[in-house]
Amino acid sequence: MTQGLALPPGPETVVQAEGLRKWYGDVAAVVGIDLDIRRGEVFALLGPNGAGKTTTVEILEGYRRRDGGTVAVLGRDPASGGRPWRARIGIVLQQASEAEATELTVREMVRHFACFYPRPRDPDEVIELVGLTAKARNRIHQLSGGQVRRLDVALGIVGGPELLFLDEPTTGFDPEARRNFWDLIRAMQSGGTTILLTTHYLDEAEALADRVAVISGGQIVATGAPASLGGRATATATVRWQDGDGPGQVRTDSPTRVIGELAERYGGEVPGLTVTRPTLEDVYLELIGGQR
Amino acid sequence: MTAHQVTTAMARVAGEASLPSAWRVGLARVGIELRAFFREKQAVAFVFSLPAVLLILLGSIFRGQVAGHGVSVGELFAAGLIGGGIMSTSFQYLGISIATERDQGLLKRLRGTPMPGAAYFIGKTGLVLISMVAETAILIVVGMLVDHLRLPATPGRWWTFGWVFVLGAVACTLLGIAASSVPRSARSATAVITLPFVVLQFISGVYVPFTLVPPWLRDIGSIFPLKWICQGLRSVFLPARAAALEPAGSWEHGRIALVLTAWIAAGLVLCLTTFRWQRRRDG
Repeated sequence: MTQGLALPPGPETVVQAEGLRKWYGDVAAVVGIDLDIRRGEVFALLGPNGAGKTTTVEILEGYRRRDGGTVAVLGRDPASGGRPWRARIGIVLQQASEAEATELTVREMVRHFACFYPRPRDPDEVIELVGLTAKARNRIHQLSGGQVRRLDVALGIVGGPELLFLDEPTTGFDPEARRNFWDLIRAMQSGGTTILLTTHYLDEAEALADRVAVISGGQIVATGAPASLGGRATATATVRWQDGDGPGQVRTDSPTRVIGELAERYGGEVPGLTVTRPTLEDVYLELIGGQR
Repeated sequence: MTAHQVTTAMARVAGEASLPSAWRVGLARVGIELRAFFREKQAVAFVFSLPAVLLILLGSIFRGQVAGHGVSVGELFAAGLIGGGIMSTSFQYLGISIATERDQGLLKRLRGTPMPGAAYFIGKTGLVLISMVAETAILIVVGMLVDHLRLPATPGRWWTFGWVFVLGAVACTLLGIAASSVPRSARSATAVITLPFVVLQFISGVYVPFTLVPPWLRDIGSIFPLKWICQGLRSVFLPARAAALEPAGSWEHGRIALVLTAWIAAGLVLCLTTFRWQRRRDG
């Protein structure tokens, strides 16, 4: 791809926000969010509905004005981004607009959006990437909900963005469509695109994100790699096994030692052995629970 | 400068320069608007046949009736419905379609791309212009067949036709864009835009000869551009003696131009101050 040529010799930080604040009337939607997203990473914003995810993302996209704080996205203030800046980002909004322009075909729509950009990707290649090649000549109103969402993604990436915003991209997908979508995101990332994803599916964040931030009540309550979020990697583990008398269970900070002892006791394989740490869901629920 | 810096700087300049112009994107918008519009076959059939059917019906019902001064009622209807057609293909179409596209999120999506805002309006204006010319042509032909409407016979009349058409089209286009901000949802858009438009047609001399409209309703109609468009069109298509049927007893060309220009100014101000790319609840 040629898009790399046009980049200014860039800072590695693609999105930087400090003390971001937004009020709707008397209601504080965002109360002091800091973000620091680096080039090439997939960053997930997790949080319950109404936590401020979409407000935050729409400020970064330039759709909403912030009431406080500083923001730089690709080195510019999104509130005054301008066309050259818009050409470098891609946006997939939260709600699919299913009824729109229904009489156009998938290919016509993607080709049309490509003509907004200085250096678009090949529309047919993009259609292939989102898995709509078989539907390329179909009218948009003939697509299923999941296919429309894939079209949304195609329209978001056809400009060849350096930074892609995905706001709850897989809501309403069946499990297989979700997996295919994850593959698409991974392919985008390996192509060098930085991705900011909001989701309320924890498995999605765990599968895709290099780092996650949990938003609750308009604030970030934890940031980190999914595997270590909220001290997850070092949290107390539970070792379970099957005994002749029934299930055995030990909660421990040193599971390896416990398993060694068990192995000695059973003289080899421990029947029904499992080691679990808190799931991302456990950590997440604790984090957002603490805010309420 | 090193070679690398030069290359980077050139690439950056190229990056800024190669953003497609508003006109180029606007023409692409015209193309996509036309395709989307003309593929909705039932809607297209409705839009273009409704005024023609009305003209045939009204022409048949009032066949042979004379409004006075040797002017047939049919001719009055033909000129009036051409005016109604100008407003329906601009004001009514834009009011509904832009409200719908805003509610469905298309406008917001377009705003998130580097598409210049002007390109969207170029696209809509192109579609409006093409469908308006087509509608007007259809109505003139039907009028000639059913109501013995005559094409303008002198260059002066063609000139009047030209400026009334252009000023009316621009005014109704701007007002349609402004009106699109009134409906709160796609579902309510048709009702919110069509009801006042139908009322306006009754009191502006489209469905009912203007002389038959009660004076107080005439006064209300005279505030809005449609009455003046229809009056201008009557001066184009009706015999000169028909001027005596006008409330003022003359065609009032100066006043028509003045009122339509005022509406263009007002429409422009309304568009610039009220147009939104997002739903109201989207802040």
